[in-house]
Amino acid sequence: MSTTTPHATRPVHDDETTGVPMFEASGGDWSDIAEEAARLGEERIVVNMGPQHPSTHGVLRLMLEIDGETVTEARAGIGYLHTGIEKNMEFRTWTQGVTFCTRMDYVAPLFQEAAYCLAVEKLLGITDDVPERASVIRVLLMELNRITSHLVCLATGGNELGATTIMTVGFTAREEILKVFELITGLRMNHAFIRPGGVAQDIPPGSIDTIREALASVRHYLRQLEDLMLANPILHLRLKNVGYLGLSGCMALGITGPVLRSAGLPYDVRKAAPYCGYETYDFEVPVSQEADSWSRVVLRLEECYQSMHIVEQTLERLQRTAGQPVMVADKKVAWPAQLAIGADGMGNSLDHIREIMGTSMEALIHHFKLVTEGFRVPAGQVFQSVEHPRGELGVHLVSDGGTRPYRAHFRDPSFNNLQATSIMCEGGQVADVVVAVASLDPVLGGVDR
Amino acid sequence: MSEDKDLKKDAADAVKPGEATTGAQRTTATALEAGGQHVPAARTPLEVVDVRSGMFGAHGTGDTSGFGGLVVPVVLPGPSERPYGGWFDEVVDVLAEVLDENGTGFAAAVESVVVDREELTLHVAREHVVAVAQALRDDPDLRFELSLGVSGVHYPHETGKELHAVYHVVSVTHGRRLRFEVTAPDGDPHIPSTTSVYPANDWHEREVFDFFGLVFDGHPGLARIEMPDDWPGHPQRKDYPLGGIPVEYKGATVPPPDQRRSYS
Repeated sequence: MSTTTPHATRPVHDDETTGVPMFEASGGDWSDIAEEAARLGEERIVVNMGPQHPSTHGVLRLMLEIDGETVTEARAGIGYLHTGIEKNMEFRTWTQGVTFCTRMDYVAPLFQEAAYCLAVEKLLGITDDVPERASVIRVLLMELNRITSHLVCLATGGNELGATTIMTVGFTAREEILKVFELITGLRMNHAFIRPGGVAQDIPPGSIDTIREALASVRHYLRQLEDLMLANPILHLRLKNVGYLGLSGCMALGITGPVLRSAGLPYDVRKAAPYCGYETYDFEVPVSQEADSWSRVVLRLEECYQSMHIVEQTLERLQRTAGQPVMVADKKVAWPAQLAIGADGMGNSLDHIREIMGTSMEALIHHFKLVTEGFRVPAGQVFQSVEHPRGELGVHLVSDGGTRPYRAHFRDPSFNNLQATSIMCEGGQVADVVVAVASLDPVLGGVDR
Repeated sequence: MSEDKDLKKDAADAVKPGEATTGAQRTTATALEAGGQHVPAARTPLEVVDVRSGMFGAHGTGDTSGFGGLVVPVVLPGPSERPYGGWFDEVVDVLAEVLDENGTGFAAAVESVVVDREELTLHVAREHVVAVAQALRDDPDLRFELSLGVSGVHYPHETGKELHAVYHVVSVTHGRRLRFEVTAPDGDPHIPSTTSVYPANDWHEREVFDFFGLVFDGHPGLARIEMPDDWPGHPQRKDYPLGGIPVEYKGATVPPPDQRRSYS
């Protein structure tokens, strides 16, 4: 090869490739396989759908064996978004862990935060000491987050079928709630707002009115979505009897969430093993019997209304508990987050800094030790579940008595539910794969963690 | 400068007499004896997870507090004694009955029962894990029909049972949840696969294999799931480094997270 040949990239020199493992799809029995395929002359094609396909909700890779338009075999390949969050959490303090786990399922970040913090509190044995107002704020945020997550599911599901208006309406409605998140937590996603022992800070003044206004407009957009979707003959044709997974299949594969409830079992962790005081809220767990993609859409819409019903109850409780603490009283656990708005935005309260720097050396030492070392958690292990928009999210935490998790494992519902891809898609059309996967609503950030 | 460092090192050695031996080998008889007084009376044979020395948990620097000689073994909650409380007794009784009837034998299959933080853990012998899972799922009085998957834990200090697989199961019928834990030594990392009982554990077992190197015998396709197929090593094991590079920020260099000072 001449050196004057123009190249887009540098040519590879042999000395650079020594020591790099090479893989070649040749030799072995590949020629036999190719020969057999040529001899049989079938119209059997293996198609890789993804990992960069717009209808796979991120980087899901579907390996489809198709015969004409029929899918004869479907496999899901994951791992393209694996970032080692669980491993990283073993190298940070218990409080810093929240910042990591919130990034797992980025469409429903507050659920990871809540589940993780509940697990840490169980390990510390302070579950009953968490103030009521903190639990109410957690429920408020989780239910608002459930609505946004379901809206993303419906919006992207519609978009994948070419119904762009469903997407724009869904995302517009979600925007109303993201504004509320921004008001309360400061961020639209990756909040790290729920902390072991409570929440980072109280809701700002005026947020209850803002949430009421947001709920009114979300209700308006949900009506629009219903009008667009529920009587739409194209959606009926595309979704009904597609992606069927009956109750026995769901139980065998450990499927939870709207997919399990669409098969007729009203299993919801909020009812089965209540946390954050869910047993004191009035809400229903909608179910249906059809076990197809259509019933999952209807269920998700209905769950949005149930969540709004819970949010209304939390607003009443927030008014009643105004001024009460939002973090445990134990100063050995409570993160010292005395925040205030300064000239350059939200930051540490100057009064608090003046107090610890100027008047109380013990407070300064305590602040320093808690922030740099963190608190110690007694040795042991716990498992804590919460009802995630996609199913049961479980957190398995192991402590060795130190200031960092010894092991943090997240049983993400999307990870488990993706196992149903094969059974839902095989035997159907290629176009139905998109519908079936959308009805599982996987978020690959949570799947791969 | 270098003299200064040597002095510091000498000082550190002086206040930490046990430091001369390697860090990992400090699980000694004296350490166990010293820590024995921290053990609650009702819980007997304990699994030492780690041994911690000094007052503040910082490694690599001299502990000048005078508590540098303090040695505390880290132990997980040990076996509980009856009554376990609530429905735990009933579940263990029924499981014992079922296992004794079908010939597995409760005493052989369940090594210990741990009740901690209102959660029930059964430590199961690895050769009987499938039988226990089958009994937990199929008996109408147990009926743990929903599996929430498997998670691995690596305890490098538990010689002979370094690798743990923890199975989480839920009974929707009875509204109960428990977990059973199986161990395998590092030298023979094999556990029978439970996919025949709980098909849901398929991907979860693949994940544990991928991250910990635990081989689930009888699994229909035990391949890596999160890491690339040609990845060397099992990243979630404690002896696998986190990795990372130092980052320069405003003139100061911040070391990667696993090389920063830690206090555990």
